[in-house]
Amino acid sequence: MVTLTIDGREVQAEEGVTVLEAARENNIYIPSLCYHEEVAPYGACRLCLVEIAKNGRQRLVTSCLYQVEEGLIVKTNSERIIDNRRMIMELLLARCPNNKVIQDLAKQLGVEKTSFKLEDNQCILCALCVRVCQEVVGVSAISLVNRGVDRQMATPFYEHSEACIGCGSCAYVCPTDAINFEDVGDTRIITMPNSKLEFKLKKCKTCGKYWAPERQLDYIIKKVNLASDAFDNCPDCRD
Amino acid sequence: MRKQQILNRLSSLEELKAIRESLIRSRDPDKTCVVICGGTGCLALGAEDVIAGFRREIQERGLEAKVDLRITGCPGFCERGPLVVIKPESILYQQVRAEDIPEIISETIKGNIVDRLLYIDPNTGEKIIYEHEVPFYKKQKRLIIGDNSNIDPTMIEDYLVIGGYAALGKALFKMSPEQIIEEAKKSGLRGRGGGGFPVGIKWESCRQAQGDTKYIICNCDEGDPGAFMDRSLMEGNPHSVLEGMIIGAYAIGGHQGYIYIRNEYPLAVRNAQIAIKQAEEYGLLGKNILGSQFDFNIKISRGGGAFVCGESTALMASLEGKVGEPRAKYVHTVEKGLWEQPTNLNNVETWANVPLIIKNGADWYSRIGTEGSKGTKIFSLVGKINNTGLVEVPMGINLKDIIYDIGGGIPGGKKFKAVQTGGPSGGCIPESLLNLPVDFDELNKAGSMMGSGGMIVMDENTCMVDVAKYFIGFLEGESCGKCVPCREGLKRMGEILTDITEGKGKDGDMELLERLSATLIDGSLCALGTAAPNPVLTTIRYFRDEYEAHIKDKRCPAGVCKELIAYLIDEEKCPGCGLCVKACPVEAITFMGKKKPVVLDQEKCIKCGSCYDVCELDAVIRK
Repeated sequence: MVTLTIDGREVQAEEGVTVLEAARENNIYIPSLCYHEEVAPYGACRLCLVEIAKNGRQRLVTSCLYQVEEGLIVKTNSERIIDNRRMIMELLLARCPNNKVIQDLAKQLGVEKTSFKLEDNQCILCALCVRVCQEVVGVSAISLVNRGVDRQMATPFYEHSEACIGCGSCAYVCPTDAINFEDVGDTRIITMPNSKLEFKLKKCKTCGKYWAPERQLDYIIKKVNLASDAFDNCPDCRD
Repeated sequence: MRKQQILNRLSSLEELKAIRESLIRSRDPDKTCVVICGGTGCLALGAEDVIAGFRREIQERGLEAKVDLRITGCPGFCERGPLVVIKPESILYQQVRAEDIPEIISETIKGNIVDRLLYIDPNTGEKIIYEHEVPFYKKQKRLIIGDNSNIDPTMIEDYLVIGGYAALGKALFKMSPEQIIEEAKKSGLRGRGGGGFPVGIKWESCRQAQGDTKYIICNCDEGDPGAFMDRSLMEGNPHSVLEGMIIGAYAIGGHQGYIYIRNEYPLAVRNAQIAIKQAEEYGLLGKNILGSQFDFNIKISRGGGAFVCGESTALMASLEGKVGEPRAKYVHTVEKGLWEQPTNLNNVETWANVPLIIKNGADWYSRIGTEGSKGTKIFSLVGKINNTGLVEVPMGINLKDIIYDIGGGIPGGKKFKAVQTGGPSGGCIPESLLNLPVDFDELNKAGSMMGSGGMIVMDENTCMVDVAKYFIGFLEGESCGKCVPCREGLKRMGEILTDITEGKGKDGDMELLERLSATLIDGSLCALGTAAPNPVLTTIRYFRDEYEAHIKDKRCPAGVCKELIAYLIDEEKCPGCGLCVKACPVEAITFMGKKKPVVLDQEKCIKCGSCYDVCELDAVIRK
């Protein structure tokens, strides 16, 4: 365990955890959009910037990437940090002016309006969807394409991704609801910023309910080596 | 000679010395040698024909025994290429064409000089015979780039003759790894790739880091617009880079090296490949180097030309076969770099400095330069400058000396306005700071940086807002797009600057640019983003009046921003000669008959300025 100070409060944290994790563990709020405990930290949204003091030197670091150290002094709310967070929110608000999550977070951080020209996106390119698809699901069906200002989240060649199993983890993890899915009859429809994917749902042998994408079930059967009829029934109808 | 060597890899320091001595003995220092620059600049100017021509001429006249031919890398004076130097006298012929060759050969064997191909000093009008007397070369200190003229980069034997790999021999047999690191620290050498980090300290950290293996990387991903020093070194003297890498690897304890070269540098890739192969044949690379029990291999990895891959962590990601995106460096790459192993990355020029330091000692090296920046630095001097080319100068020389004494000043008698140092994310330095000594710290203080050594000179016809817009546009296209401040911030900076240059600037734009800059500096993930505001901040700092003229008066003082200028015909002065009518690419000017002023249609005019440039009577006015 190491002891560090966050906003004047002395806190204990396990070695190897990040400053953001230590803060959250102790109910100290640091805003962030691209962090999720299930995937490796990425450091793209930059909202979790904090100021640290070490050996008499102060500097800004990304708290989702910076690991705790003994005696570290962390400020999460200095004027410099607030100014930077507000500018980042102005940039995100200009990118996604009609997104509820961004609007609310901007307001919460004291940004009423943006100084920049408005676009109309929902996606902030945090790559959580891509990272979950790769690191958790393990299929890498989607990725970030193009460079710089042209960067987009997309399926390969903007076509129906053959690797996608329709599990919807991307929608679940998306912080701005830029990816959504709904099950309509025997079909799951996943809507992403640049594509719409459809998946056939499996019908429960017993109750007749369509309950999960066939491709997802096949993937699980193969991955954990289950019997091919393991998912013939929905969870409700299984003994 | 080479075939014999393949059979007899050098296996001791004595054998290295012996082969050098026998090579030197086999060469006649008084034999005439025609040295032709085969560097990229001269090749673009037609050096290939010149090389083929000399080859044919020497063969046809049966002069092989009397005249040697050596194709070298870039000596730096690109402005005057194709360059030919007759050794041993060092007579410099410039802008040589294939048709000049018979005369050069005939006169040279007679001991004469071809007067008409000599360089004329534009300031004195004097003809200069010898290479070292040309003002462009005189004030330089060419410790690194100088050898480009002395060797054929595809012949390791040439490098051995000038003392190549002697430093490696000394390092392997007379010094311990710790002593080498100590020497590197004492020398004061700082990384030439942009960061300026002390090399010895980096090596030491990497040596002390724990890992299964350690990697050594040479960064040859030079991507700055207008910069070509790293490619020229790799093209012209690849063995000096290899020698530096091997010494570094021995000091650090690494056994595998990589040279990351952008694939757009085909000659650099080729010459590096040849050099590696030859060094392996000689036993200077591979297993048991020179019989020292030390093993080290080097592989080449070709980059796809993304500017951001010059950033060390993005470069390593790219080397691993991943998308070239940077990561945070809270854990340094010397601890966990390539494939999570301790990795020491230095730039081409940094590696090329190493043999010099080992050979001549840190005391000798640290006498060159300033307190905080030792040694020399190669700059690529480009833009509105008479002598475009590569210059190597001691650290601490002032900008004025580089631009006027070496660079020969501004073409067409125009006025100097600014010099941008350090590549696209460097700052623009104004005339008032021309006495600035050029070193890492002074450039930083002025709001610019050393970067990898680009130096772009601008004259009075340059609009500084337009320049800022250009560089931000470049960086916007090259940002990897991972983090919000850099990706979204650069886009917005570009929008604001475009608006200003189109007359749509608003009060508060400069303050907004400054606020945005602060967040890019504080909040970006890597140095591409943190350094990107430099061109904006320095142009605001030193050329605020130009911004104000654009924003408040809707005027571009330099006459560059098309939306803010108009071309008009002065009817009093226009004799109706029609020169402008011919020059206009869009038929916007109508000929009205002799001695009648022409008529310019503002609707059709694209404001290219062709009429303005062509009129010698000042009858075209730019407003």
